[in-house]
Amino acid sequence: MQPMIVLEDVDKWYGSNFQVLKSCSLTVSPGEVVVICGPSGSGKSTLIKCVNGLEPVQGGRITVKDMEVTGGRTDLPKLRSHVGMVFQHFDLFPHMTVTENICIGQTRVLGRSQAEAEAKTAALLERVGMSGHAHKYPIQLSGGQQQRIAIARALAMDPIALLFDEPTSALDPEMINEVLDVMVELAKEGMTMMVVTHEMGFARKVADRVVFMDGGEVVEDSPKDAFFASPKSQRAVDFLSKILAH
Amino acid sequence: MKGWNWDGFFDYLTNTYMLEGAAVTLGLTIAAMSLGLVAGCVVALMRMSPFRVLSSIAYFYTWLIRGTPLLVQLIIIYTGLPQLGIKFSVLESTLIGLVINEAAYLSEIIRAGISSVPKGQTNAARAIGMTEIQKMRYIIAPQAARIIIPPLGNSVNGCLKTTSIASVISMEELLRRTQVLIQEKFMVLELFVVAALYYLVMTTVWDLIQRRIERHFGRGYDIKADTATQR
Ligand SMILES: Nc1ncnc2c1ncn2[C@@H]1O[C@H](COP(=O)(O)OP(=O)(O)OP(=O)(O)O)[C@@H](O)[C@H]1O
Ligand SMILES: [Mg+2]
Repeated sequence: MQPMIVLEDVDKWYGSNFQVLKSCSLTVSPGEVVVICGPSGSGKSTLIKCVNGLEPVQGGRITVKDMEVTGGRTDLPKLRSHVGMVFQHFDLFPHMTVTENICIGQTRVLGRSQAEAEAKTAALLERVGMSGHAHKYPIQLSGGQQQRIAIARALAMDPIALLFDEPTSALDPEMINEVLDVMVELAKEGMTMMVVTHEMGFARKVADRVVFMDGGEVVEDSPKDAFFASPKSQRAVDFLSKILAH
Repeated sequence: MKGWNWDGFFDYLTNTYMLEGAAVTLGLTIAAMSLGLVAGCVVALMRMSPFRVLSSIAYFYTWLIRGTPLLVQLIIIYTGLPQLGIKFSVLESTLIGLVINEAAYLSEIIRAGISSVPKGQTNAARAIGMTEIQKMRYIIAPQAARIIIPPLGNSVNGCLKTTSIASVISMEELLRRTQVLIQEKFMVLELFVVAALYYLVMTTVWDLIQRRIERHFGRGYDIKADTATQR
């Protein structure tokens, strides 16, 4: 089967002397859920932003389906319209209502009619359990609600894959599950997902593989069960003991 | 002592020559602000561009214009440049002077507005596939506008009054016409009070307009107002 996302020996520097990604390689097959974890500053956010070209890379190759992200000749907006992304701080558009947030990409980027976009939006709001909130502004919603809207905004583009960068780490504990539940559903429906998260419960439940990063390197890339049962590297063992301690 | 002449005052309050002067002031303000806004956007984008040459030119421009009085600039343009064979009419000189000034001040306001939009908005807009132009138009500009409009409104208010400086190069706006009438009629206080009232009416009307615009761009930021309009 043709892989969905491929990273080959990706190198990235910030400035001229700080290498944030060191020869990172990773493959995600269609329908797979890959969880990426690792200590703060290990390059997880940077890595995931490279996948849809939000961050440029200096070495290696990244492809999504049959589109080459790296190389400089790509139509990045077009590529990004096929790859959804959900951020730690939701980043909804504050000057737009919930419906407008979910419609804008459909109408302006995909060229759907307003009616078509609104119908799709209503269905998505239903799906993320936010039907009653269509005309509210982001500031009127809780963090968990905002993140579910952000997921709906990404889904509205009918993405072939979804990227998540710590989608629950800015949430109060009681709101984490409402967001994870939506993500679990997506995983079950066969969505291809790359998820940076420290929610190991989520990883256990739906991940196919766990990737452990440290110091800009992919230290470990294992099937979920193998990773939790016996991490290969001492760094992963230390990391797991730290985050599972609380 | 002459005392206050009510008849003269009311006469000038509805005098067409004065009203035309006020209309010129208004026209100059509208022209200077709209052209200045366009030029100010260009200067702001140059200033924020990653190309050193562009940002340096923009920096030099704002430094030069903001560091010298409009009065001096106007006299250089109208009275000084002909010495080099470059001639502008009174109206052209006035417009050039006002526009280069507004562009310099507005570019700083616009730059502050654009910088105030969080980086996350840029990523979110790009992540749904927006081009840079779409991102600017639908996401960044409307949010920057909320920050830009209060100081921009101040600039309009200021510009309405600043146009009076052009009277020194004999631009026939409100102040110049007031002075012309004073030469003829010697009703100094009455005429200046009429002129002041005209300025006051224009700035007050602008205040009301500005408040409406602020409300428009403030949507999504004030929970109470938004909840109220929803019902
Ligand atoms: N724009 C930038 N310029 C320079 N250095 C940066 C930039 N963004 C991130 N870094 C640095 O790169 C390293 C990796 O950052 P990154 O955000 O990818 O880490 P992370 O694994 O996501 O961490 P966290 O768990 O804290 O989110 C960090 O040392 C960070 O300080
Ligand atoms: Mg991060």
